[in-house]
Amino acid sequence: MSEKNSSKLIFEYSREGKKGYSLPQLDVPEVDIEKVVPERLLRKKPAQLPEVSEPEIIRHFINLSRKNYSVDTGFYPLGSCTMKYNPKINEKMSSLKGFKELHPFALEENCQGALQIMYELSDMLSKISGMDAVTLQPSAGAQGELCGTMIIRAYFKDKGEKRDEIIIPDSAHGTNPASAALAGMKVRTVKSSEKGELDIDELEKAITPATAALMITNPNTLGFFESGIQKISSMLHKNGSLLYMDGANLNAMLGFLKPGDMGFDIVHFNLHKSFSTPHGCGGPGAGPVGVKKELSDFLPVPRIVRKGNHFHFDWEQKKSIGRLHSFYGNFLVMVRAYVYLLSVGEKGLREISENAILNANYLKESLKNYYELPYDRKCMHEFVLSGSKQKKKGVKTLDIAKRLMDYGFHPPTIYFPLIVNEALMIEPTETESIETLDEFIEAMIKIAEESETEPEIVKNAPHSLSISRLDEVKAAKQLDLNYYARKQ
Amino acid sequence: MKYIPNTSRDKEKIYKKLGVSSFDELLEDIPKELISDKRIDIPGPLSEIEIERKLESLSAQNAPEKKILSFAGAGAYDHYVPAHIETIISRSEFLTAYTPYQPEISQGTLQTIYEYQSLICELTGLDVSNASMYDGASALAEAALMASRIKKRNKILIAGTVNPSYVKVVKTYLQGLEIEVLTIPQKNGILDIDVFKELIDENVNACVFQYPDFFGSIQDIDEYCEIASSKGALKIFSVDPIALGILESPAAFGADIITGEGQPMGIPLSFGGPYLGFFACRREYVRQMPGRVVGATTDKEGRHGFVLTLQTREQHIRREKATSNICSNQALTALAACVYLVSLGKEGIREVALQCLSKSHYAAKSLCSINSEIELINDKPFFKEFALSLPVSARDVIERMSISGIIPGVALSSFFDKSYENMLLVAVTEKRSREEISSLVSGLDKTIKQLY
Repeated sequence: MSEKNSSKLIFEYSREGKKGYSLPQLDVPEVDIEKVVPERLLRKKPAQLPEVSEPEIIRHFINLSRKNYSVDTGFYPLGSCTMKYNPKINEKMSSLKGFKELHPFALEENCQGALQIMYELSDMLSKISGMDAVTLQPSAGAQGELCGTMIIRAYFKDKGEKRDEIIIPDSAHGTNPASAALAGMKVRTVKSSEKGELDIDELEKAITPATAALMITNPNTLGFFESGIQKISSMLHKNGSLLYMDGANLNAMLGFLKPGDMGFDIVHFNLHKSFSTPHGCGGPGAGPVGVKKELSDFLPVPRIVRKGNHFHFDWEQKKSIGRLHSFYGNFLVMVRAYVYLLSVGEKGLREISENAILNANYLKESLKNYYELPYDRKCMHEFVLSGSKQKKKGVKTLDIAKRLMDYGFHPPTIYFPLIVNEALMIEPTETESIETLDEFIEAMIKIAEESETEPEIVKNAPHSLSISRLDEVKAAKQLDLNYYARKQ
Repeated sequence: MKYIPNTSRDKEKIYKKLGVSSFDELLEDIPKELISDKRIDIPGPLSEIEIERKLESLSAQNAPEKKILSFAGAGAYDHYVPAHIETIISRSEFLTAYTPYQPEISQGTLQTIYEYQSLICELTGLDVSNASMYDGASALAEAALMASRIKKRNKILIAGTVNPSYVKVVKTYLQGLEIEVLTIPQKNGILDIDVFKELIDENVNACVFQYPDFFGSIQDIDEYCEIASSKGALKIFSVDPIALGILESPAAFGADIITGEGQPMGIPLSFGGPYLGFFACRREYVRQMPGRVVGATTDKEGRHGFVLTLQTREQHIRREKATSNICSNQALTALAACVYLVSLGKEGIREVALQCLSKSHYAAKSLCSINSEIELINDKPFFKEFALSLPVSARDVIERMSISGIIPGVALSSFFDKSYENMLLVAVTEKRSREEISSLVSGLDKTIKQLY
């Protein structure tokens, strides 16, 4: 099958009179718009939206879809992003009419099915994480972090304590400091130890009476379980501070480890990661937040509560941080996660983590002789390699990433965490077969060899795609963000 | 489990490679007491047949399957969604793709976002658009934050006619920062312009309005814009994108940032989400814009392509100094909106807006002719939604009518104080037929007689 490489924009198909929609004949008297809206408020020049027919629209966008890599077409070893397979039953169930066409202001008796799903999903997430209450409202992991840090702030304000600092390890996701700052907190960074964990001595120095919380990812972004977590927890709690867990790496602990047991007070979940809802090219996701009992009054409203067999909205939470969403959150994403949990059950949860951990360790062991492994120890569901050996030959990690595309793979997460030079952060997930892992290993080994023998081929990759490396500097300097402005 | 390909033989092969004999040996860093073998009491595993049975039964309890006719709006609208949008957004290569950080294998996503940004600019009349945000409320909150970064003053004025849920989200977002949020009061949907004039001063970062507003009315935006400008405050509008098919965009009156809920553009009601926040601003502010942006560029051979650009504003580079904490957009719903706008085109966006206008005016007129005690709460022009004052409690009316299968609208007392008890907010989109409007009118007539 030949791929049409046309880079035509949809605007270039436009010809006056083409139509891509159909509406019924107006069956009420047509209003004379000039009689009901003052003339100065009427649009003078119609929006010049393109005029295109339905078959052209379909062909344009389906051809564009073919210029995308996706989980359904290939392997995505993206560290911390957990690009696992997205089960099709999730999609089928989330498109049921009773969910998809439901208005958010339907009366409670006409949305009981939806409320039950939200109630039960919150309950399942509470049990999985060992938390007492869960809100489903945040639309993404980063909004979950914002919600969490606002809860921390509100909690101390309510107690009359002035604490405005949040400690964050240097290996943290960039969203952690950004969310803390948005919530009005000051960020203190703590270094990691030689072992690749949070440095407890450094942490001790950083804790002050102003410390509101420590925000960490466990397992951390290097793929290691924070073995000192109980000590960390008691240090924080002794100081009256809280412990927040970024749940990005929850896929490593489903079913056998609970953040609540480790002393975490708050955790956010990424439904699009651990719970298999599609990433959709970068959204929508969903970022529920779980908290321990003493923080539950601060969760966003509305909460979903159960009285007998009836589910209803509870808006009466005086200490609530307020609202983060126009309505209740990304409901159809919740339906997908709910279906996924029903289909895996408790036993499945353990299998997920077990296989994610096995696959990651298998890749790590298979690649460590070819790439530098900065921390040579057993990992959880992901691990970090360094391209520093290859860099000596002039081949950067970015080049390795681009060359992987020629071998048919999506590159791993690169240059993160920041504490590893030329980082390649790899997470295979449980849904990849050993055959796929072997093919990936083979490609990585070939690239390591090419870096020695013919570095130019790696440095100029990719070679097999319709487009070669794009000029990002030009994009930022000669900003072209809008076709209509370009035309003028 | 069918989502896991590893067989027990595969696992043996892995153990051998790792030199361990059991899974537990891989967990040596984890304190033993943390590893739980206690049951997690969740249902399942269920087979697909069982899941379908369960979910279908849950779906059946909800309004759409009960065939309830709805005139509810208040921020979520039942507009026509062309069938081919679903075909495009459920395409695996869009649905299951990741954020386009690797542009060479994400040209599909990147080009659609560029097209989306262009369409939003054309519709709103502003120069630049981001790649989308979570929803209408968070887009408005981010606009207030952006204005505060630009102006570095300490107040935001927000019109009392803005969707009350949005106001709450704006307040939530600003609560940790030293920015005061003041509301311009309204009565029966009419803003108190005198109080506005008193409130505005040189400490205001921005004035925030909705257009058409929460009550459906179209207010005198030019006057408000002039007053805001006189004190150097930015003008932020949350707009209904469909209304811009016939109404002049606030950009023409000097709006600096235009945001809105993109749900009316081809996105199903979905019990409130996922939706789409759109966000556009003047070019001079582009580096202060939150969220992701796609730009056009060329590759080594001079071929046209697209990349994520201006990333130095973002959290993965600037961490706590980033313009926002957002690291995703609503790519899939933005794609739906992109396909929607392309499908309607220049003629369609106007036609759909005109149908909304005609049908809502027909409905308002018919409802007001039931009796003299039913009237519009103000005489401002309106687009597709309007607020009625009834002789009885709106909540009671809704509860009664829903039993016979009609949701006549949303009760304003859910959002405002007790003085709004008799007020009903009614939305009429192009999807409501004359016959359905007649059912609404006769249903309301009957219900009011019963309640008297």
